[in-house]
Amino acid sequence: MATAAFFYLFAVLAVASAAMVILAKNPVHAVLFLILTFFNAAGLFILLGAEFLAMLLIVVYVGAVAVLFLFVVMMLDVDFAELKAGFIKNAKVGALVGGVVLAELVALFAFQGLQIAPAKVLAAATPSDISNTEALGRLIYTKYVYFFQGSGMILLVAMIGAIVLTLRHREGVKRQSIAAQVARGPATAMSIVKVPSGSSVIPAAKSKEAAE
Amino acid sequence: MIDALSTAMTDYGWNLLALIGFSLLVLVGLLLVVAYLLLMDRKVWAAVQLRRGPNVVGPFGLLQSFADLLKFVFKEPVIPAGADKAVFLLAPVATAMCALAAWAVIPVSENSWGKWVISDLNVGILYLLAISSLGVYGVIMGGWASNSKYPFMGSLRSAAQMVSYEVSIGFVIICVLLCVGSLNMTAIVNAQKDGIGTSAGLTPSLLDWHWLALFPMFVVFFISALAETNRPPFDLPEAESELVAGFMVEYASTPYLLFMLGEYVAITTMCALTTILFLGGWLPPVDIWPLNAVPGIIWFLLKVVFVFFMFAMVKAFVPRYRYDQLMRLGWKVFLPLSLVMVVLTAGVLHFGGLAP
Repeated sequence: MATAAFFYLFAVLAVASAAMVILAKNPVHAVLFLILTFFNAAGLFILLGAEFLAMLLIVVYVGAVAVLFLFVVMMLDVDFAELKAGFIKNAKVGALVGGVVLAELVALFAFQGLQIAPAKVLAAATPSDISNTEALGRLIYTKYVYFFQGSGMILLVAMIGAIVLTLRHREGVKRQSIAAQVARGPATAMSIVKVPSGSSVIPAAKSKEAAE
Repeated sequence: MIDALSTAMTDYGWNLLALIGFSLLVLVGLLLVVAYLLLMDRKVWAAVQLRRGPNVVGPFGLLQSFADLLKFVFKEPVIPAGADKAVFLLAPVATAMCALAAWAVIPVSENSWGKWVISDLNVGILYLLAISSLGVYGVIMGGWASNSKYPFMGSLRSAAQMVSYEVSIGFVIICVLLCVGSLNMTAIVNAQKDGIGTSAGLTPSLLDWHWLALFPMFVVFFISALAETNRPPFDLPEAESELVAGFMVEYASTPYLLFMLGEYVAITTMCALTTILFLGGWLPPVDIWPLNAVPGIIWFLLKVVFVFFMFAMVKAFVPRYRYDQLMRLGWKVFLPLSLVMVVLTAGVLHFGGLAP
């Protein structure tokens, strides 16, 4: 009974907060509702017995991805009136696409008769004698190792691509070399100059630094 | 309805009541410990600067934290006119709640009565990582909702800083997990019962704990924990010389208190995590008679206080980092170092035949 109660709690909250993501006027509020949706999805994972996936969802999506979303949305200067005008203009197209997806889902469940039973999937995914973290690890690193490595490669390429697109080396920027600073000793930092009386000398090291 | 309620009571009720009781016990104990750690922080800081620190309220100032609590609670909460009221008030609550929720999985001892932990999750360490990564939301929401420049700058800095150091904390945890072979917190402590010392033929002692076997990771974890909890020398989100008080500028009274509470509870969590991962949790330093007769929770608390003392000393000794230096340390030093250590640890465990 408690499981059912928690299921309905998480499910209702997930759907409600997902609706609020598109209904919220303020984009920052929308992202915060998105985070709430992630949380409820994690709760549903825990009810399914997939606690590793639930924790990973929170660590990756809530802890890192949503932070970046929030970052970007906060920095943007969004004009709410313009956004709303866009909403009404695009409503017809949106309704059409949404309607098609809904019809597809209804057709799928009507003809398949809910064949995708969660209990069946659950029984297939978790062997009883080991924890599901271990079960996932065994599958990912043996049967699906090429797919796993391949998806890792794709992410790496995307990351390098983003760096290549945005990295630029500016000229004339003073950069700190901490290793050079730490390695500085009396021999490299000081120079003793004999100044002839009645004249002045600019020490060689100082003048070089000033020229930089 | 009544029947259903009574079955539910027999099915879940007593467990639920016991759970609520234990949770309250942990909560009260934790808040008391945090109150005195806060006082200790101020006393240590004062001693380093040759001051006396708080010494007026109660004997030796022992009641100072409670006086501060009352002072904050009875002041007027000020909410700026331009603030986003709901998010502004949600931020400190979220910070304090996330920080307190972490203690659900931290085991403080284990004896013949069982494990001294509210929830013995088998993904306990991942839960802790997830909860500690949520700490950043309180800061971002607080900074944004204040609708003011300094808090916003503070929250931007903080978001980048906390996300950066989480990466190296994750790798350090992976190193420890490789040595343990479990994500359960109690299993992590119990894995430290044998190690370098026992394989050399000594009685189980502090030489078996992970701090020795994984010393570089211990150092990386300690420094990353400082950065993750916004402690000096990495307290850039609230650098008073640049940003007044960072994301906390606009906060007063109880919301401010909740921010401070969340921060200190998060610091205590990090101290407890250091203790569990590297300092053997509740295990005695040497497994001989007078020492192993002491209850495990005493050793656990002593170790937490020791790690907190180190945190306080760092605050007193080390000047604040500059922002670019902070990012350099996180991404260019700790990330490659911890990545290499993960590979090394896995290699030694696999080819040395030591893998659990």
